[in-house]
Amino acid sequence: MQFMTTTKHVKSVSGITVRLAGDSGDGMQLLGTQLTNTSALAGNDVATFPDFPAEIRAPRGTRAGVSGFQVQFAKEEIFTPGDTLDALVVMNPAALVTNIQDLRKGGILIANEDGFTDKDFKLAKVDANPLEATVINDSYRLIKVPMTQLTRTAVSEHGLSPKIADRCKNFFAMGLVYWLFGRSLDPTLRFIENKFGKKPDVASANIAALRAGWAFGETTEAFGESYQVEAAELSPGTYRNIMGNQALAWGLVAASKLSKKDLFYGTYPITPASDILHELTKHKNFGVRTFQAEDEISAMCATIGAAFGGTMAVTASSGPGIALKAEAMGLGMMLELPMVVVNVQRGGPSTGLPTKTEQSDLLQAMFGRNGESPIPVIAPRSPADCFDMAIEAWRIATECMVPVMLLSDGYIANGSEPWKIPTLDSLPQIEIQHPVDSNDGEPFLPYLRDENMGRPWAIPGTEGLMHRVGGLEKEHQTGNVSYDPANHQLMTETRAAKVAKIAERIPEQEVYGESSGDLLVVSWGGTYGACLTAVRRCQEAGHRVSHAHLRYLNPMPRNLGDLLKSFDRVLVPELNMGQLRMLLRSAYLVDCIGYNKVQGKPFAVSELIEQIEALVPAAVAV
Amino acid sequence: MSLPVLKAADFASDQDVRWCPGCGDYSILAQMKKVLPELGVPREKIVFISGIGCSSRFPYYMNTYGMHSIHGRAPTFATGLKSTRPDLMVWVITGDGDALSIGGNHFIHVLRRNLDINIVLFNNRIYGLTKGQYSPTSTEGQVTKSTPMGSIDHPLSPLSVALAAEATFVARSLDAHVKHLGEVLKRASQHKGTSLVEVYQNCNVFNDGAMAYAQEKKQRADNVVELEHGKPLVFGKDNEKAIRLVGTHLEIVNRNDVPDDDLLIHDEKDPNPSIQMMLARMRYPEMPEPIGILRDVDNVSTYDEQINAQVDLAKKTRGEGELEKLFHAGDTWVVG
Repeated sequence: MQFMTTTKHVKSVSGITVRLAGDSGDGMQLLGTQLTNTSALAGNDVATFPDFPAEIRAPRGTRAGVSGFQVQFAKEEIFTPGDTLDALVVMNPAALVTNIQDLRKGGILIANEDGFTDKDFKLAKVDANPLEATVINDSYRLIKVPMTQLTRTAVSEHGLSPKIADRCKNFFAMGLVYWLFGRSLDPTLRFIENKFGKKPDVASANIAALRAGWAFGETTEAFGESYQVEAAELSPGTYRNIMGNQALAWGLVAASKLSKKDLFYGTYPITPASDILHELTKHKNFGVRTFQAEDEISAMCATIGAAFGGTMAVTASSGPGIALKAEAMGLGMMLELPMVVVNVQRGGPSTGLPTKTEQSDLLQAMFGRNGESPIPVIAPRSPADCFDMAIEAWRIATECMVPVMLLSDGYIANGSEPWKIPTLDSLPQIEIQHPVDSNDGEPFLPYLRDENMGRPWAIPGTEGLMHRVGGLEKEHQTGNVSYDPANHQLMTETRAAKVAKIAERIPEQEVYGESSGDLLVVSWGGTYGACLTAVRRCQEAGHRVSHAHLRYLNPMPRNLGDLLKSFDRVLVPELNMGQLRMLLRSAYLVDCIGYNKVQGKPFAVSELIEQIEALVPAAVAV
Repeated sequence: MSLPVLKAADFASDQDVRWCPGCGDYSILAQMKKVLPELGVPREKIVFISGIGCSSRFPYYMNTYGMHSIHGRAPTFATGLKSTRPDLMVWVITGDGDALSIGGNHFIHVLRRNLDINIVLFNNRIYGLTKGQYSPTSTEGQVTKSTPMGSIDHPLSPLSVALAAEATFVARSLDAHVKHLGEVLKRASQHKGTSLVEVYQNCNVFNDGAMAYAQEKKQRADNVVELEHGKPLVFGKDNEKAIRLVGTHLEIVNRNDVPDDDLLIHDEKDPNPSIQMMLARMRYPEMPEPIGILRDVDNVSTYDEQINAQVDLAKKTRGEGELEKLFHAGDTWVVG
């Protein structure tokens, strides 16, 4: 490997937020992923936010077709992909006009000059060349690079068609970005060799483009210096970069190993959950069976069928698919079989915003089934946390024989962060026992309860334990069909109590900051990073504000009510219209204040700080 | 060690059967209990899965494992179960509304996947449990509670649907023809792949006598043709009538007028379902309706076999999965 170092001045900074934006065919997601991995390997803490249209190839050059990837890398621990951009790379005018508002004043704007022709202006519906606008030139450090031309020159000797040659320009852009932020080319060179190994001409052209981009940065007078972000001080261990859906899939595989069960995954393709299927289907050698069903209902029901047979059974979808699964989920709850239902939430209602994030399925998870049908609901807070919460979902499911809803969202599913690889002995053991015939002449009671109020998981094939389950109300203990009024009351109360009792065995709610004060910020799911960062900044500014992030939503931690009442005010920021707030108010009679946003985008730290500051007394000097 | 010899009574659960007196379901239940002991499969290895409807109460009455699931979805539960537990014998019990209306999608897909299960479809051409609305197999013009001016739907034939999905075992029998029913159920259980058995079942409360032309012994000879593999399709009181293939359609001929060599010979093993489809489309009163096995094709891989074979192959070629290896594959870095 050729090791390249800059001869220009290097400025050390604590962190950089950069966004790469171009047409959905320009390879921006690839560029972003590579920059993320390379930064993670350099020891930075990283957080990412890919943002792309629902259409695979929206009309070329239009605003609707802009695909973006934002990454923050830092030498300190970070929890969000950043609010405002230090640098923005745009491949065409549509990308510029749709992203420029997020670039900070004085920030670096790198534009592919060749993507700014009259035709491109028309497609992007801009009247004049925005690169010549005074406001752009005055507000930002604009660097125009004829990327298409330079890429063509760089790859000319590789004999590719102009069309293929032009496809290399994202690697040129990558090379330039790598130079600007002092990143090593090595991980990406390895990636190119792996990915294009079978097409050596394409591989060498991409390498040439990458190097040309780096060399351009080194030689052009447009850049006087580059930037360096030192390694972050993370706790000792071996790390890798991981995306939320990947972490969730690995958590499921780990849970299956830990419980000595094969994994059955029944699902139907849906954005943004499909990557879990893609990941799991690679791991058949772990005993993973994936079933791509004919529809969402079939996926859910097959999951229940597999659970009945004694397998670790999981399904996943997003809101619209979860709606279709509702009836069967109710059956799963009634049968009292263990399984995990994953909802990677997206913007709703109906088809909504498939590729954008939202947290608007919490009430659906809680109540979206007919009748009294409580199930446990838990939610990971970050991409890496998906691993732990997937294991936790299966642990709870088997401990009390119930379907568990795992609520992820598009933001953490597609986002990535460094993951400290756990040692196997640090993972929880999941003990599962299936009953065998006691041969005492007594009839088998499939709905007899244990200390967790779970029932025995007697599986077909077990001699002497033949029994029938179904969606009709069951008689207490025997499981026979029963229309007895008192029995229905008893069974309804029992199923609810079983879920409520889980609160005794989950951790108490942790608080970041003091356990009383002027304001408690309560969050759940993917807004963790933004809320934590906002609260930290406000604490640093002297405000008496604390943060409680819920990973357990049903049941909620047993100390939560007291905690809420220890603060003068409670702020609940959510990417929905106030669903957790409704639950907290009804459960604890605490008047929570909502901050609600449904724009398909995560919270910016700055807007949360603004909300917090509006609710707390002026800061006391510290 | 020999298996204990079971009797029909060993397959009866302790639950009271709650179908209406005179319902055709009793006959199917009795035949099932009679056939199962002949198969040599222990009770704990058998699972009955049903949807919703009168027929779907069936699992409660069997002393095996069972699941009374939700409307139309029984084949999907069976798919999850059989894919992960190929050692079990799985029966799906369904009806015309359950399998063909609300569950039409799953019905097609389980058949084309050729999951190794047996489906018994009780066809009474009516919604019984909801008290008498027309079903997807009700005849055109049929007056029911929901069609006072007569049904305007064209009925669906489960056999045609199954053949179109290239099901590997397709058969029909009658609740009133118990010997035939028992034999067909047995053949279905022996087939590797999805077996579909349509049973004409009389609903004596909401659609009594709807299939009397086939069910009643006196009428049956003229209106039903019993299929036998390798034999001509003959029917009538004295077997005086037969079926002949002319071009692309079937016609009834008098055996006295036509040499035997010209008659259609039934081939249940033909992988091409075209002629079997013609049989499925024989409808009363224009034609006699076929009962017996229309199609029984072997050597088609089953879904459960394949899904498990892929797991075995992955383990063989890549070794049993190890978490440590998975977690550390690709780019990692160490923080001191």
